[in-house]
Amino acid sequence: MIPSPASVISARKLGLTFKTADGPVTALTGVDLDIAKGDFVSFIGPSGCGKTTFLRVIADLERPTDGTITVNGTTPEDARRNRSYGYVFQAAALYPWRTIEDNIALPLEIMGTPPAERKARIERVLALVNLTGFGRKFPWQLSGGMQQRASIARALAFDADLLLMDEPFGALDEIVRDHLNEQLLKLWAQTNKTICFVTHSIPEAVYLSTKIVVMSPRPGRVTDVITSTLPKERPLDIRETPEFLEIAARVREGLRAGHSYDE
Amino acid sequence: MSQTHAMRDKILPVVTILLAVLVFWYAAAAWLNAPFERDTAARAGTTIALTDLLKNTMMQERPVLPAPHQVFAELWDTTVNKPITSKRSLVYHAWVTLSATLLGFAIGTVLGIVLAVGIVHNRAMDRSLMPWVIASQTIPILAVAPMIIVVLNAIGLSGILPKALISTYLSFFPIVVGMVKGLRSPEQIQLDLMRTYDASPAQVLTKLRWPAAMPYLFTSLKVAIAISLVGAIVGELPTGAVAGLGARLLAGSYYGQTVQIWSALFMAAGLAAVLVLVVGMLHAMVLKRMGARP
Repeated sequence: MIPSPASVISARKLGLTFKTADGPVTALTGVDLDIAKGDFVSFIGPSGCGKTTFLRVIADLERPTDGTITVNGTTPEDARRNRSYGYVFQAAALYPWRTIEDNIALPLEIMGTPPAERKARIERVLALVNLTGFGRKFPWQLSGGMQQRASIARALAFDADLLLMDEPFGALDEIVRDHLNEQLLKLWAQTNKTICFVTHSIPEAVYLSTKIVVMSPRPGRVTDVITSTLPKERPLDIRETPEFLEIAARVREGLRAGHSYDE
Repeated sequence: MSQTHAMRDKILPVVTILLAVLVFWYAAAAWLNAPFERDTAARAGTTIALTDLLKNTMMQERPVLPAPHQVFAELWDTTVNKPITSKRSLVYHAWVTLSATLLGFAIGTVLGIVLAVGIVHNRAMDRSLMPWVIASQTIPILAVAPMIIVVLNAIGLSGILPKALISTYLSFFPIVVGMVKGLRSPEQIQLDLMRTYDASPAQVLTKLRWPAAMPYLFTSLKVAIAISLVGAIVGELPTGAVAGLGARLLAGSYYGQTVQIWSALFMAAGLAAVLVLVVGMLHAMVLKRMGARP
């Protein structure tokens, strides 16, 4: 099967088996998936289902052992070398010896952006994540939510069309998470990026996504792909509507069906 | 308020310990120097009163253990009362040792950092070099120092450099060990981030590994500067005791000048303290610039 040209990410029979001391562990198997430009795709599933592994394969942080995958029509390695994605990790991973603006400048320094343009870009992405005025602070002077926003700004700084986010709000409390989800949707609408978002929260996945990929563990695989019928404009209280609850129910069902536990 | 706190928390404990050391030292001096006085009296066929005995033990020419005031008088005399160009000035000798210490420390630091960078980036170097680095420190420096001096002399190298190289031999080790650990200290997530930017190994080194290694570097530097001084002093012993604190120690022991030995020892200890203090201040300055939590 040839990947459709509109796809940003196209996986065919993708599999990854880790060799460990206790024998091979199949992290992913038989993943067929197409992600179109401008999609907001959530990957949801219990731990061990391979959702983070899949994201790392897209980012060329892991190499698949089976099947094929293209990112922007090329191999993940070429996509990485072309700096075609920004990656937001589970932890903010800001360098503690750099101020917020210097942290955001890090990818720009590495990619050789001239200093004047660097400054303009830093200001722009700080505004996008609502951190204007915090550029001169060191990471420890900011709260956890602000640090994670700074790390999103860092991923946005070099204007890649694809944003890969690995449970970016997993460690934050509910209220902060709601707020950041709302901001992320606004940001997505403003920038028109393709976003792949790993989460284990059903409401978060349903609230954010145009497409929800439900995964299950042992071995890691895709069990359901749900296309959201929710409008693009989503206030927080959309989570009380029947339509929202219906999608959430389907996600929950998919998760339950995929569970291999016996109890 | 804060002054009384400083008084209670810092000055008082230090002064207490200092007084205790002085009392112990005087008692030990009296006890160790007394046999000589009793022998002298016995040879003269007289006995000596306790007050005279105590008084005499504090002012012997060549005491077993000089009393504190004798050492400090000697220190004062050889630092303040002598021109620093004089060979009898302790400042002159301290400078001779210090210059070799600093040169050896500088070479050792550069060498240690270069080796650590190589070890971290090259698997073959990691495997082949690290055992030698460790083995080098198991050889007693006292055995190696004369050979280094003699060999270097044979190829026409003399003066400050052979001594400095003995400092280097000692000081590069903590730098290598500390920097290897420091350069490997970044977390996987920080390295993954660099990979997503397709950063070159040189960029990973300068923008991630190097800054992450700074706390390790300064901890190593503190150890390295202190043992550099030891290396320079040891390096002075086999040179025939021409100049330097090592020479003062050796000359003092040749002629039984215990007061001279002790004052050289104090000078060396003071020098080490100042050097470690300076490195510590540099450390604090760098940490502050790197945004450390106050």
